[in-house]
Amino acid sequence: MTAELVIGAIKALVIVMLVLGLTTLMLWFERKGAALIQDRIGANRADIFGIGKRFGLPNFGIINTVLADPIKMFTKEDFVPDGADRFLHALAPFLALFPVLITFAVAPMGDILQVGSHTIDLQPANLNVGALYVLATIGIGVYGIALGGWASNNRWAMLGGIRASAQMISYEIAMSLAIIAVVVCYGTLDLQEMCRSQGGVWFGFLPRWGILLQPVSFVILLIAGMAESKRVPFDLPEGESELVAGYFTEYSGGKQAVFMMTDFAEVLLVSVLIVTFFFGGWQVPWLARDGFHFPGGTHLGLPNLVVALFEFVAFWVKVVIFCLFQILIRWTLPRFRYDQLMRLGWKGLVPLGLINLVVTAFVVVVAGG
Amino acid sequence: MPIGIFAFLAALALIGAFGVILQSNPVHCVLALALVLMDLGVIFMGLGAVTVGFLQIVVYVGAIMVLFLFIIFLLNIQADPGAGLHLGLKLFGSIAAAAMAAEFAVIVVRTPKISQIRTLPVDFGTVAALARSLFTDYLVAFEVTSVLLLAAIVGAIALARRFAPPLMLVVPDPSRSTLATPPPDAPNAERKSA
Repeated sequence: MTAELVIGAIKALVIVMLVLGLTTLMLWFERKGAALIQDRIGANRADIFGIGKRFGLPNFGIINTVLADPIKMFTKEDFVPDGADRFLHALAPFLALFPVLITFAVAPMGDILQVGSHTIDLQPANLNVGALYVLATIGIGVYGIALGGWASNNRWAMLGGIRASAQMISYEIAMSLAIIAVVVCYGTLDLQEMCRSQGGVWFGFLPRWGILLQPVSFVILLIAGMAESKRVPFDLPEGESELVAGYFTEYSGGKQAVFMMTDFAEVLLVSVLIVTFFFGGWQVPWLARDGFHFPGGTHLGLPNLVVALFEFVAFWVKVVIFCLFQILIRWTLPRFRYDQLMRLGWKGLVPLGLINLVVTAFVVVVAGG
Repeated sequence: MPIGIFAFLAALALIGAFGVILQSNPVHCVLALALVLMDLGVIFMGLGAVTVGFLQIVVYVGAIMVLFLFIIFLLNIQADPGAGLHLGLKLFGSIAAAAMAAEFAVIVVRTPKISQIRTLPVDFGTVAALARSLFTDYLVAFEVTSVLLLAAIVGAIALARRFAPPLMLVVPDPSRSTLATPPPDAPNAERKSA
């Protein structure tokens, strides 16, 4: 009992630390990567007592973005506008961040790890309705954004909040349809089971990853997920050219930092979902529980600890790749117009998701019946 | 579910419910209602109906309450301090409350004793068990409900469109269009040919 509690606590700590750490890493790549894409130099000046310069260390702007910016953010004046709903104004950023952070509880980080007599499932919380849990927490995420816009007592913030809630509800439907098709395909709502069923190979060499079974769902989930995270090209709720900064116009200091963190955590969440559903989760090609089985019959036996480590690293490497991909899209495409956004959601993704769902169900029934 | 946790969740639900009826600001009321519905979802999960609990949160908290909030924002409904002073409204409210209390009393009296409660089947609350009863025992009710909901959606659209001006397809007249190709002496044409 005590051992289980300790294991659970360690798993919770690991996932929270990883999520916060990767969020910070993305903050850095968002700025340096943007500079790279736009052919600029980017952040490269901040240093601590000139140590880096004296020893000739290369400066990648890490101190700027990971240390100096957050300290600046959190020590700024926390301004609450006149006539604002003070309680909801303070609550909204955390109402936005909290649902995103708790969703990571079902992220499958690996298969199983044997420590002494304990068999540890490397999913922080093993829910057998994991996909439903994801949909529930994503649905709650709208509140923080909508209330942040309303509680600020500012027309631009209000418009941003309304845009955000309309956009997130619209794309949630497409996202749900994509996830339901995946669930029908795997026959389970458990994210860990989904990862397990993506093990093994087709035709002797091709990994059984979900992207080959559900390519349409992958496209829908990627687009709808990016719309959920409210970043370019879907950043209508912010729309700085017409709405100042949209729903967080009246936020400053730490609370604005929390809103920004929510965006990055959502990017990470979309990557985790895509990797879990479509790219095998923690599966490494040709790696089974007892080691590698290469195509051609070569077998390389590995101890459980090494296998678990491989899976853990593989999962997070895949997640980071998709985070970088989303940041790349963010700096490549211009913003949509609002009617284009709604047309893409309701007339493009929703019918496509419905057709995909019907076809998937038909194939599953015919093949399985 | 341990009695302590149940007491906590029940108290939270009651506080939320009082919050819905005692506050004057509609946004605060909706938030309190969302709290109640979420709390009910957690109680469902605690009682073993995990799927129903999550569905409750997805549908009510994640969709319907957000829609309420959205409508309040769009219509810009303000706090109304004069509400509830109307005598007839109070009379009807008291009658409805009394009827509700009587119904609850009947339910509480009829609740089976703990000794009469059967143990739950092993797969109670799972998606498979829920789907099986929904698509076998209650199939007709389920399908009728979905048709009813579809009829409601169509009705809502019909009502909304009746007062709106009829949608006309406007075909732009090419001779009056500002986007028509400029005459050859326009400066743009020179730049294009250059």
